[in-house]
Amino acid sequence: MIWDATFFESIPRFITPLLLAALGGALCHRAAVFNIALEGMMLIGAFFAVVGSYFTAHWLGGIGAALAAGLASGGLYAWFTVRRGGDDIVVSIGLNILAAGLTVFLLRAMFDQRGQFDDPAIATLPRIPLPGIDAIPVAGPLLSGQSVLFWLALALVPVLHWGLVRHRLGLRLRAAGDNAPALRTLGLSPERIRTLAILASGALCALGGAQLSISNVSLFTEGMSAGRGWIAVVIVMMCASRPLWILPAAVFFGLVDAMGVRAQAYGLPQQLTDALPYVLAIVVMAATLRRATLRVRI
Amino acid sequence: MSRARWIVPLAALAAIALIPDLRAIALGFLDGAFGGRNMFNLWSTVSRASILLGMAVGVLVAFRAGLINLGGEGQLVLGGLAAALVGIYAPLPVWAIVPAAVLGAMLAGGLWGMLALWLDRGLKVPLLVGSLLLNYPAGYFASWLASHPLRDVASGIAQTHRIDRDARLPRFDGTILDYGIFFTVAVALLVILADRYSVFGYRLRMQGLAPGFARAQGMPTGRLGYQALFLSGAIAGLTGFTAVFGFAQRYVDGMLTLPLYAWTGIVAVLLAGIVPWRVPIAAALFAVLATGAGGMERVAGIPRESAQIITGLVILWLAGSGRSLMRRRGE
Repeated sequence: MIWDATFFESIPRFITPLLLAALGGALCHRAAVFNIALEGMMLIGAFFAVVGSYFTAHWLGGIGAALAAGLASGGLYAWFTVRRGGDDIVVSIGLNILAAGLTVFLLRAMFDQRGQFDDPAIATLPRIPLPGIDAIPVAGPLLSGQSVLFWLALALVPVLHWGLVRHRLGLRLRAAGDNAPALRTLGLSPERIRTLAILASGALCALGGAQLSISNVSLFTEGMSAGRGWIAVVIVMMCASRPLWILPAAVFFGLVDAMGVRAQAYGLPQQLTDALPYVLAIVVMAATLRRATLRVRI
Repeated sequence: MSRARWIVPLAALAAIALIPDLRAIALGFLDGAFGGRNMFNLWSTVSRASILLGMAVGVLVAFRAGLINLGGEGQLVLGGLAAALVGIYAPLPVWAIVPAAVLGAMLAGGLWGMLALWLDRGLKVPLLVGSLLLNYPAGYFASWLASHPLRDVASGIAQTHRIDRDARLPRFDGTILDYGIFFTVAVALLVILADRYSVFGYRLRMQGLAPGFARAQGMPTGRLGYQALFLSGAIAGLTGFTAVFGFAQRYVDGMLTLPLYAWTGIVAVLLAGIVPWRVPIAAALFAVLATGAGGMERVAGIPRESAQIITGLVILWLAGSGRSLMRRRGE
């Protein structure tokens, strides 16, 4: 039976990384930073979550290391784009390559492992049981026993929506994207606000990576983000960076991921189910983008 | 300031010359890139440079026309796959296999490239994202073919059967370098010359530099775009053919994606500032970097992925050095 408890339990695990990364990307987008380094930032987060969790033997250590690494990658991105005036796309390409190389390099340099590192010492995120709910057929496995990052990601959706619409900082973030000169006349620096948005996206993507490596499993494999950062970019573009729209989009792609994994149990080859989210991403974008939201030239 | 620019490289050179450990690592790098028994490493550098050159030139064609084609990987993989299919299964006389495989590879890569532009023009999926997303279905499809239906079960790993012995690209005597390099160098020369001297090259450049002007001049910008993307993808596909008929002699799962050939090709074009004649130099540089890193790994145990880290840093530094490689319109 495909619709069993294991399946429902797996859905939020696939939603969480996409949701976190897409929210981070949306913050950047709103501030006119076309951050497509989400993939690399996630990969770095996934790796350092394992590092922190392994050396401190506590999940908080993993989260802390992932956050620090995410902020560092965000800082690198901000330095080369906001500070040095580099192009978003070129810097993103550089950061993605750097992340792919650095994680494999450190995997071998620190743990002397190729391909994969798993160890019983890697502490995973605690699962939050919800007494009462866990007995309900569908909602039980769906909601009970999920990681703290799932709830954080869910909570961030209304918080970021409210913040972008109502809070002063949100207004300034949008102004940095839509009307930077107006921001300057207020004596504020769009550059500083963009930097904050990039740092936040680094942290959020890294948390998404942590969900992959120390919650869904307790190991790191090379290229673990496996294109999820690009799906997150698609979600951001589809939803025009609106957090409330990002939630259903992330749920959709999370479901696709979960069903793909399930379909493998029925003999469908892994490669074909792995390709499905990307094909669907193109189809969904074609269906939703009525006008090009982005023009690029050389 | 001008003096400070020289201090760091000079200090680095001095440190390498004076500190024995660093000297050993540097020698390991040089040996990995240029040395080896029977110049083995040098030929593998040239072989890699050939692949990177092909990928870079493919990207160059699209970039010159102002089209950000990040789908080189999918185009490369499908080209390699098509070549392998022709080489292994096509019931052709031996002399016809190579031309048929070249044709198949170029068609597969070119059509995949055109598909990305059609998604952009017809369905409003931005080329940047659409071309990139197309890499994944192509890569997974090839991976599935190589590990299930077309797998050479006798071998332990996910790979196809070998290309017919008489159809493989021959190697230069006493080296591991195959004739595939003739294809990539010829294409690179053609592209560099066409960019400079042909009407088609002029039109592509004009479309990249000033699309509005190109349209106002009555250039068929719609058709030009598709031609550029077909050419870009076809060159990537041809590169896949040289890899499959050359050093691999079959399609091995991951052989074209794991070394990040497509991304390195893009980086090489950016390092060259999208100037055609500089592209071969940049491609050679990244080939030296990759095989040299392999040498450092053998000598000092430094993982060879250091090359990817340096590649990433190079592109970050380039982006931040104030040279405007890409500009976005409408901001």
